[in-house]
Amino acid sequence: MNVSNLFKIAIKALGNNKMRCFLTMLGVIIGVGAVIAMLAIGQGSKNSIKAQISEMGSNMIMIFPGGDTRGGVRQSSDDMQTLKPADYEALLDQSVNIANITPTVNSSGQWVNGNNNYPSQAQGVNTQYLDIRQRKVSEGEMFSENDVKTAAKVCVLGKTLVDNLFPGGTDPIGKVVRFGSIPLTVIGVLDEKGYNTMGQDQDDLALVPYTTVMKRMLAVDYIQGIQASAIDENRTEETIAEITDILRTNHKLRDDQDDNFTIRSMQELAEMINSTSSMMTMLLAAVAGISLLVGGIGIMNIMIVSVTERTREIGLRMSIGATGRDIMTQFLIESILISVTGGLLGILLGAIATWLIKLIANWPVQIDPSSVILSFAVCTLIGIIFGFYPAAKASNLDPIEAIRYE
Amino acid sequence: MAKEIIKIENLKRYFKVGDEIVKALRGISFTIYEGEFVTIMGTSGSGKSTLLNTLGCLDTPTSGEYYLDGIAVKGMGKNERARIRNRKIGFIFQNYNLLPKTTALENVELPLLYNSAVSAKERTERAKKCLNEVGLGQRMLHKSNQMSGGQQQRVAIARALVNNPVIILADEATGNLDTRTSFSILTLFQRLYREGKTIIFVTHNPEIALYSSRNITLRDGRIVSDEYNDDIQSAEEVYRNLPVEE
Repeated sequence: MNVSNLFKIAIKALGNNKMRCFLTMLGVIIGVGAVIAMLAIGQGSKNSIKAQISEMGSNMIMIFPGGDTRGGVRQSSDDMQTLKPADYEALLDQSVNIANITPTVNSSGQWVNGNNNYPSQAQGVNTQYLDIRQRKVSEGEMFSENDVKTAAKVCVLGKTLVDNLFPGGTDPIGKVVRFGSIPLTVIGVLDEKGYNTMGQDQDDLALVPYTTVMKRMLAVDYIQGIQASAIDENRTEETIAEITDILRTNHKLRDDQDDNFTIRSMQELAEMINSTSSMMTMLLAAVAGISLLVGGIGIMNIMIVSVTERTREIGLRMSIGATGRDIMTQFLIESILISVTGGLLGILLGAIATWLIKLIANWPVQIDPSSVILSFAVCTLIGIIFGFYPAAKASNLDPIEAIRYE
Repeated sequence: MAKEIIKIENLKRYFKVGDEIVKALRGISFTIYEGEFVTIMGTSGSGKSTLLNTLGCLDTPTSGEYYLDGIAVKGMGKNERARIRNRKIGFIFQNYNLLPKTTALENVELPLLYNSAVSAKERTERAKKCLNEVGLGQRMLHKSNQMSGGQQQRVAIARALVNNPVIILADEATGNLDTRTSFSILTLFQRLYREGKTIIFVTHNPEIALYSSRNITLRDGRIVSDEYNDDIQSAEEVYRNLPVEE
């Protein structure tokens, strides 16, 4: 018996019951479609986070004052003042793994230009900030090292601030705006970046020399944080170890004392977000997988009904010379045809669903070819596994009884 | 001396039903030669169905020997028996057993589908030839559920002929048909007999023995008579003389 003849027989049998066949397939179609769409959402969000992070600088390291707060509370408010400009200078002098480094001191307040005002922050940084965050000045220029030394009253504005303070497209360069009571000359405008995945406006930003924020705005002697970039993103771990050493020495901490600062790397953050999104993806895919399983059970159910219903046909086929193996192969082909056709249509449905999600919800989605291959393979497997029992049942029928079955 | 198509010696078949042993066949021996038209007669419970199943290689005897076309069937495995059914036997059933929603041609092709030695082209040609032989040349593409009982049985006969079997086994082949149609089917059997086919026709209807060349009667699993018929009646004549129903 050749398999192509069995194929013809199986297709013919399925064709005799088109509606039932389609409804059985529907379980698989929806299952596969759901798996593909869910994995596409997961993959898409992973990719977009990855892109975002590498845009922000995957080699970025952030240092915050205060010890690790995981599992406990901060000891005192003094703790928030443990980072001093001296720490920054020490890192600048001693570290070999750091490419760029800037202290950060932020002040919240109202930006004012004549009748227009906008509530935002003044971010106190040094000139290396642009390299660390991979930003550029699109008009005018960045403030200089000298501006930092002299705590100059200058600022570089983000696009959102420019739009709010200078409506009507006035050129902001050289104009004087106020931040609270302090007048600052606009010397540059940052490039436009738009919103990031977390919904933050990356253009709602104004850069001021950190010395200006410390001395003229907040009147403090500590800094709120340090941002740095490692020479090589693969050496982030070593860089963190080195920074820890330098800061502990600088802070004169004994071995039994905990760090009074916290270091976070972008890689850590990326891994954290990634693992969360992986977990969500797995969860969604698992739910979708269950629906695929239910589809498989549907196939088995229908195949069992079909075997019972066609007992006499099976008896006839056996009495005219079909072997048990022929019957088994025929029914297996039938169930595999259902599941594979369902799988193909499911892939189509998944692709359409993914496209609709992108179109309507505007989510970042990406169909991973491996998810297509995976769900297709699972489908074929389901056809074999769930088709096996009914097929075996059919092939074990006694032709004498089967042919007289009413 | 004609060729021995079927030779059985002291054939016994016992079934175990619960604690009891049912002796369906209690030692049967006969030989059927090529070209015979044998009716096997008996009331229900006489063992004729068991005998038919055994002759059709669907069942194996408890003891005794069975040679089909010179081949010992006893001791054959399931698959070997399936193969021998496919190559050497043509079955005709009381309730036709055609595939539903399937054309006459496809129904007749069916046995050849399980024989990989037959190509698709040869399959169709042989099926068409057999359908022409049974007088359904014009209805090859009719589906089984669009045909009358007599036509369906003709398709079944064509299906039994398509593999050129050494023996045709008919089980109450006219049991579901009215008298007139029964005689037209019997006429067809007689024509096949004249063409040299070997036929075994199992029935409980004694009248049919008048139209066969030999009659074996079973009772309680034993042969009570085995007689040759010297005066074979013509089914065609009866058929012609029957009034056509309005």
